[in-house]
Amino acid sequence: MMRLLLMVMRSRFSHLLQAVSFDIRVAMSVRVQTEDFDAGFEINQLRKARRDVGAVVSFVGQVRDINDGNEISQLTLEHYPGMTEKSLHAIITRAKERWNIMDVLIIHRVGTLQPCDQIVMVAVSGGHRGEAFAACEFVMDYLKTEAPFWKKEVTQSGERWVEDKASDDDARERWNKTVK
Amino acid sequence: MKIKLFYFARLKETLKYSTEDLELAEADGPWTILKLKAYLAKRGDVWGQMLMGKLKVRAAINHELVNDDASIADGDEVAFFPPVTGG
Repeated sequence: MMRLLLMVMRSRFSHLLQAVSFDIRVAMSVRVQTEDFDAGFEINQLRKARRDVGAVVSFVGQVRDINDGNEISQLTLEHYPGMTEKSLHAIITRAKERWNIMDVLIIHRVGTLQPCDQIVMVAVSGGHRGEAFAACEFVMDYLKTEAPFWKKEVTQSGERWVEDKASDDDARERWNKTVK
Repeated sequence: MKIKLFYFARLKETLKYSTEDLELAEADGPWTILKLKAYLAKRGDVWGQMLMGKLKVRAAINHELVNDDASIADGDEVAFFPPVTGG
């Protein structure tokens, strides 16, 4: 009886369940925002989302008070609304094709930030740690070289745009050499 | 044909343009990213320096990163920006 009732409820309200879970998933996977985030909360969300999750690997990047020998007092991040989100989704899709992982979350802040502010978070859940570790690093390496974000720093001698680094390109390229 | 152009970061700041609607003569086509850059560079020194100079410029058509030889179609959204530095 209970079982039947559950089944009826499921079929009657399935459209609601689907709508809700879809929204949560879309909202959770890629977020570009000015607001700060709670990394601990996000990790717990990913961990508790499925009972077959065995590992969550996460990365948090923060604003440093020094870059290329100059003291940094402020950082402004610009992005390309629409393309940025698409690019991050595409990176997640590539990671999911390559590794047996479950969920990927990317949060990237834009706007004006101060030293010690969080900039970016990537978290990957999976059955085991190995693939989650690799996927997390892969997502960060592609994010740094393909996602349209630009940093401008305020130093003691004025404002300057941050230059791209060859080491970031090298970090991305190693994923094309690794035989998996 | 009509396209929508966007500029970001250093390009936006230096060119003092963030977005514009542009009419390109079909007769001058086919239009590619390189051809569009050369066309815009004629607007003046700073345009030439920003788009055809030593600075690395990336381009996107309809939110996809593309190379200089990518062709542009009517209604496309084209963007120019420096190499990305997020994360």
